[in-house]
Amino acid sequence: MKYTEGTEIRDTKAPAGPIEERWEKRKFSAKLVNPANKRKLQVIVVGTGLAGGSAAATLGELGYNVKSFCYQDSPRRAHSIAAQGGINAAKNYRGDGDSIYRLFYDTVKGGDFRARESNVYRLAQVSVNIIDQAVAQGVPFAREYGGLLDTRSFGGAQVSRTFYARGQTGQQLLLGAYQALERQVAAGTVEMFTRHEMLELIVSDGRARGIIVRDMVTGEIERHMADAVVLATGGYGNVFYLSTNAKGCNTTAIWRAHEKGAYFANPCYTQIHPTCIPVSGEYQSKLTLMSESLRNDGRVWVPVAAGDTRAPGDIPDDERDYYLERIYPAFGNLVPRDIASRAAKNVCDEGRGVGPGGLGVYLDFRDAINRLGRDAVEKKYGNLFEMYERITGEDPYTQPMRIYPAVHYTMGGLWVDYDLQSTIPGLFVIGEANFSDHGANRLGASALMQGLADGYFVLPTTIGDYLANGPYGEVDEEAVAEAEIKVRTKIDKLLSINGTRTPDSFHRELGKIMWDYCGMERTEESLRKALELIPSLREEFWRNVKVSGSAEELNQVLEKAGRVADFFDLAELMCLDALVRTESCGGHFRAESQDADGEALRDDENFAHVSAWEHTPDGPVLHKEPLEYEYVKMSQRSYK
Amino acid sequence: MNLTLKVWRQSGPKDSGRMVTYQAKDVSPDMSFLEMLDVVNEQLILAGDDPIAFDHDCREGICGMCGMVINGVAHGEQRATTTCQLHMRHFEDGATVTIEPWRAAPFPVVKDLVVDRSAFDRIIQAGGFVSVPAGSAPDAHSLPVRKEDADDAFDAATCIGCGACVAACPNGSASLFTAAKITHLSLLPQGQPERIARAKSMVDQMDAEGFGGCTNTGECTAVCPKGIPLDTIARMNSDYLKANAK
Repeated sequence: MKYTEGTEIRDTKAPAGPIEERWEKRKFSAKLVNPANKRKLQVIVVGTGLAGGSAAATLGELGYNVKSFCYQDSPRRAHSIAAQGGINAAKNYRGDGDSIYRLFYDTVKGGDFRARESNVYRLAQVSVNIIDQAVAQGVPFAREYGGLLDTRSFGGAQVSRTFYARGQTGQQLLLGAYQALERQVAAGTVEMFTRHEMLELIVSDGRARGIIVRDMVTGEIERHMADAVVLATGGYGNVFYLSTNAKGCNTTAIWRAHEKGAYFANPCYTQIHPTCIPVSGEYQSKLTLMSESLRNDGRVWVPVAAGDTRAPGDIPDDERDYYLERIYPAFGNLVPRDIASRAAKNVCDEGRGVGPGGLGVYLDFRDAINRLGRDAVEKKYGNLFEMYERITGEDPYTQPMRIYPAVHYTMGGLWVDYDLQSTIPGLFVIGEANFSDHGANRLGASALMQGLADGYFVLPTTIGDYLANGPYGEVDEEAVAEAEIKVRTKIDKLLSINGTRTPDSFHRELGKIMWDYCGMERTEESLRKALELIPSLREEFWRNVKVSGSAEELNQVLEKAGRVADFFDLAELMCLDALVRTESCGGHFRAESQDADGEALRDDENFAHVSAWEHTPDGPVLHKEPLEYEYVKMSQRSYK
Repeated sequence: MNLTLKVWRQSGPKDSGRMVTYQAKDVSPDMSFLEMLDVVNEQLILAGDDPIAFDHDCREGICGMCGMVINGVAHGEQRATTTCQLHMRHFEDGATVTIEPWRAAPFPVVKDLVVDRSAFDRIIQAGGFVSVPAGSAPDAHSLPVRKEDADDAFDAATCIGCGACVAACPNGSASLFTAAKITHLSLLPQGQPERIARAKSMVDQMDAEGFGGCTNTGECTAVCPKGIPLDTIARMNSDYLKANAK
């Protein structure tokens, strides 16, 4: 795939000066919209997860007219609800040496020096307010007997800064945001559109001014205009077909925006989570994550000998390889996700994997049960053990769990500046849908933090500055009509092909290509192979897909087909991005770039930049945004 | 394994609907119930038939989107389990399985097994929140909460809003759903100022949506995938009585 290089991105709009003062400075310099004018302004928020739900609620509270869209039957179902582990905040309630600066430091380092310092510092600052906000909403975080909030530690950190609500932290935080959102619906500031899917962005006079959506019940194509548009549509991990994402998670909204001029940054950064339940068969529709917190007590091992098919209980201790503890004695089983995932892949590649197909490693609680007793283990992890038993039919109290890495979170997304504004003026992107805060790797318990930081605290300030600089005039009718025609044409086309393969069968095949050639390990050869296979599969899709039913009804096959079509184009860009980045960092491991011990080898000289891709009729154009580290000195990450 | 499925098919709210029989062949015991339906649907699409519409999303038991009555029981016979977490190993080879949507007047059928549960959102809109705008919250440690209260609040807060309680209730009552939210917020100090007004407006909204009254049959907790206890309803009634006594 051909690409050209464009101009560098030099200005990210972050204020200069000491890092701890930048956000204060930006807030003060942001223009305000007076309350009477807010009522006249319309904002569209697409997506109702932690980022979108909190943003729509907050914008409503501020007095704007908000339209909120989600594809589910209720905003409460957004996939943030499935986050298990917790949310980080630099509260230092434990007095164990935590601080905003330390959270900032850990996040920049954990992101393998591919995140922006200014953004990450702001995230650490705001993290403190998020906990206050959630508690005030009635989020039932875990408490100690003295009545104060409990915390725990998570992979990649040595302080205890993770707030949690059993294994359902995402659920409780999302319900807090959802309830705040419904409160605004009742107050009349937010109009809610459920079972609606955004299919096109309307750009008029160079600005984002609305969206085209499909009412998923009636099939009606609707136009919605606004003074600004916010995308909070989550990640695109489902490009791999099997992932821990909900089935409906897709790339359509951000991909449509990308085609309309929004740069797509670092598409190749995919987080592979080390503790998922392994695949069991061809029919499998998704992968289930087992919380990372299990690694606090569970020990990871495989047999020392390749091809050892004995039951785990029959393998004596001296024939077990506790490989994480062996290779990384300082962090042991708590190494960050990218490290743990690759280590699992390596032992399986050596033929030492366990379970059907040899793609699994043991996560063993035998020692924890012996040490703490079954009751204590059950108290801590009971719901997770039950979930495992449900899915696999195996009892994790009497035999070790089998786990394997799976696609979990995408660190790439639409490029945004410090104000969370994309390269299309008036188009803001928040949460997992943008790229800015995690770098090449996301530490545990930081995605919830980012979603809520963006939605409750950052966007509501920065979008005000944009709106205060308006009004931006009438929307060009032709731009609206053109966007609508594009949507209708695509739907008609999908329905007319009437081929012999279902959208799912194409999706499965595309996912396999991505996992095999652009998954946990990439090589120049594998990526070139993927870049050959994807276009030919896409060509077959547009010739041979079968979409049953009509456009004027609830049609889940049509919905699926449209999403798969966009995944093809995204997949190609992901592979191109991975091919161009000839270094290893975080979730992007290029086999050609490793040190003598097999650890990822970063190339700061040539790749300390964000790769922001512009879509043009002549092919992708790469814009580099140089990353500068003034506060955290770039160094090799080591967890040994 | 091979199964005979009897599935409720209804093209839209105005269609009267009917049961249709399908054969599900070569079902793996490791499949989830929804994965089994996926496989059936793939075959229907290729045969040019309309696949069975059903709601689902996270497929890990937490979003609350999936829901169907299986062999007469909401989410199927396995207790404390959503449909997406129900696996085929719990069925016998050759069995006949009936699959129907939630049936309750306030949950109109949209298509096949998909129903409209927006009444639940309107009950939350009536007061299922703490009125606190972003940015004005005091430090989280300024208000300690007894661990027991926080734990009980959490137990109630785990409701996923799936609607199984309504589908199972002979009266079509939404009491368990509404009570779970009222209990969650009423056990925490943050929820106190609006506590009584909340109970009143949420219960009144529940009635206005057309849900039936609670007669303590307990079918709701029996099918609840999250095990929300029946005593939440007593708490709701107590707060509701206080509201009306004023």
